Amino acid sequence: MLTWILLVPAIAAAVTLSSRRAAPSITLATSLIVFILSWAAAAQVEQGTVLQSFYGGLTLDAFSAVYLVLVAFVGVTAALYSIGYLPAHYSEQEGASPRYRAYWPLYNLFMMSMLAVPLLANLAVVWIAIELTTVFSAFLVAYEDRTTALEAAWKYVALTSMGAMIALFGVLVLYYAVHDAGQPVTWPGLIAAAPYLKPALLSVSFVLWLVGFGTKAGLVPMHTWLPDAHSQAPASICGLLSGVEVSGALYMLLRIHPALLRNPGVLHPQAWYLVAGLLSVAAAAFLLLQVHDFKRLFAYSTIEHMGVILTACGLGANAHELGTVYQFFAHAFTKSFCFYVAGLATIVYGTQEIAAVRGLLHRSPVVGWALLLGGLAIAGAPPFALFISEFQIVATGFAAGEYVATGLLTALLVLAFVAILYQIGRIVFGEPAPTEAEAHAKLPATSLAAVGIAFVPMFVFGFYVPPPLLSLLRQAATLLGGTA
Amino acid sequence: MDTAIALNGFIAALFVLFSLGVIVQRQMLSTLYLFMLHAVALTASAIVLGFALGSVHLFWVAAITFTTKVIAVPLVLRYSAGSEIYERREVDQVLTIPTSVLIAAVLALIAWIVAQPLVQAITDRPFAAMNLPTGLIAVFFGAFTVAVRREAVAQLMGILVMESGAFFASIAIVNELSIIAEVAAAVDVPIAALVIGLLIRSIHHVTGMTRVGLLAELKERR
Repeated sequence: MLTWILLVPAIAAAVTLSSRRAAPSITLATSLIVFILSWAAAAQVEQGTVLQSFYGGLTLDAFSAVYLVLVAFVGVTAALYSIGYLPAHYSEQEGASPRYRAYWPLYNLFMMSMLAVPLLANLAVVWIAIELTTVFSAFLVAYEDRTTALEAAWKYVALTSMGAMIALFGVLVLYYAVHDAGQPVTWPGLIAAAPYLKPALLSVSFVLWLVGFGTKAGLVPMHTWLPDAHSQAPASICGLLSGVEVSGALYMLLRIHPALLRNPGVLHPQAWYLVAGLLSVAAAAFLLLQVHDFKRLFAYSTIEHMGVILTACGLGANAHELGTVYQFFAHAFTKSFCFYVAGLATIVYGTQEIAAVRGLLHRSPVVGWALLLGGLAIAGAPPFALFISEFQIVATGFAAGEYVATGLLTALLVLAFVAILYQIGRIVFGEPAPTEAEAHAKLPATSLAAVGIAFVPMFVFGFYVPPPLLSLLRQAATLLGGTA
Repeated sequence: MDTAIALNGFIAALFVLFSLGVIVQRQMLSTLYLFMLHAVALTASAIVLGFALGSVHLFWVAAITFTTKVIAVPLVLRYSAGSEIYERREVDQVLTIPTSVLIAAVLALIAWIVAQPLVQAITDRPFAAMNLPTGLIAVFFGAFTVAVRREAVAQLMGILVMESGAFFASIAIVNELSIIAEVAAAVDVPIAALVIGLLIRSIHHVTGMTRVGLLAELKERR
């Protein structure tokens, strides 16, 4: 089953390369197949099985199952969204020559590389999968052959590749250390070897991972590529980049966390997570106040969310376990929802400038309400899923006696909340600005359907999580703790 | 073993020199040739270590490195980025060359110091004391190349120098990297070069230049 999860998008990439007309429906169908396979694999993992395939080269435990399902889910909604959005948005652009023919094959290759991250067992090969996510998505970011899109794509490729090379050094040092300890170089092997690793090797590897994968995750101060790429890429690709691709790099930082806790020679590993996390939350909160582009607004919110997840790790196991995994989980579908709506707002107004957009609720009530609800959701307001995780992180942080760090996190979350709602309020309320909107007003049905599908988990998981899913999340949280 | 260590030390010195050359060379083609020589030095080190340690895997690493970086990357880059890229002879630099050399010297010193905890922790690998700091120096030099070069191809060379640096360090400590990882790494580098090369071609086509350091429209307004 695990092999098919990777083979299906690879086959889809080959087919869509030759069949332009059928490419959207083929991609949607194969994305659905991948989602069903991923869900079935996760259901088996929830029953306590660690799945393996391809002679142990592919493996799936609880945390990787959570990430796999998220990638597959966002993959389906992004494919559905793209079908209507790409022709509706880009056909109207003057002087642009979008890469529609290349979009679907690259989309499938990008999906395959992201799906490989949780599935691959060998840590060196996981690094290669992460590097390939950048390579395959570069032209998706530069979908429009414009100067600004190419600038964003170049920054994205150059900065994240630099980060990847720094991380590679850390991966190879860790490879030596784990192998030297007589364990296979996999996640379970790393955990088993962790108490016996030389602290210097583990510490240096972690710092290189933090800088390297942190660049890809958009952590401050290596975040500069992220708002640029998100402001230029199509909204469907933004949903994938922000919802699950940057989380892939963070996935690596979360998975090394229990190894650090298990090694008595690594001093205060949580301080690194706290500092990196709080710095990102703080910078994002202030940048949210001065943002001028609503796609950049959601990009800064992604930086904030990545920071919150790392801070939760730094606050200790109590806050870390379920709160971190739930934030990681809820971020994926909430952020993809927001970018999909932002794309529709761009169709309605023909601009991403916040100052040029007023009265979206009047102009297009569906998009206006969706943007308002999306803004409330990413800001962490009840009853949405991110409220649960942020509340849990803050509550357990205070309960663990981490008053300074938790207090700071709370203050920054409030600042980010105010900033997001202030900016969203400027867009949705007031009298509609006179624009050429009438020509753009017809919204594509498939894109609206994708928004509707993405809304369901964002809303429902704020107050009800099905018991099997909750069980999987708890198992994933246990894997990330220091004492499992 | 002593001869191998001495020979490897000589290769390491060349490896650092070629990395420095990628930072400061003003000619586009020369930058590419220096990168190829840099990859040849990595190949040579892998062969020397392969003989000294009796490791077949290191011969695979040597073969893969030579095939991908010395042969495939220049060919792929010429195909993807286009020959017009090479017609541009001068490569812009943010800093003057003496300043770049001075900063590179400081970076080399920092890399050497940063690598010492690793060298002290890895006592069972005879080549680690040379290859670990040398590899880290190349990683730093590669990052510096991306920072100071305005030209896209030169920045790509910087990224690839970083990758080679990581592998130069790793061949001294991980001489049992799985064959899957080796093959995957072999596939990854030409794919990355192809895609980045195509991106460079697009940039050239749309903007009429490949000086990506001058692209600065995207920023947050105050």
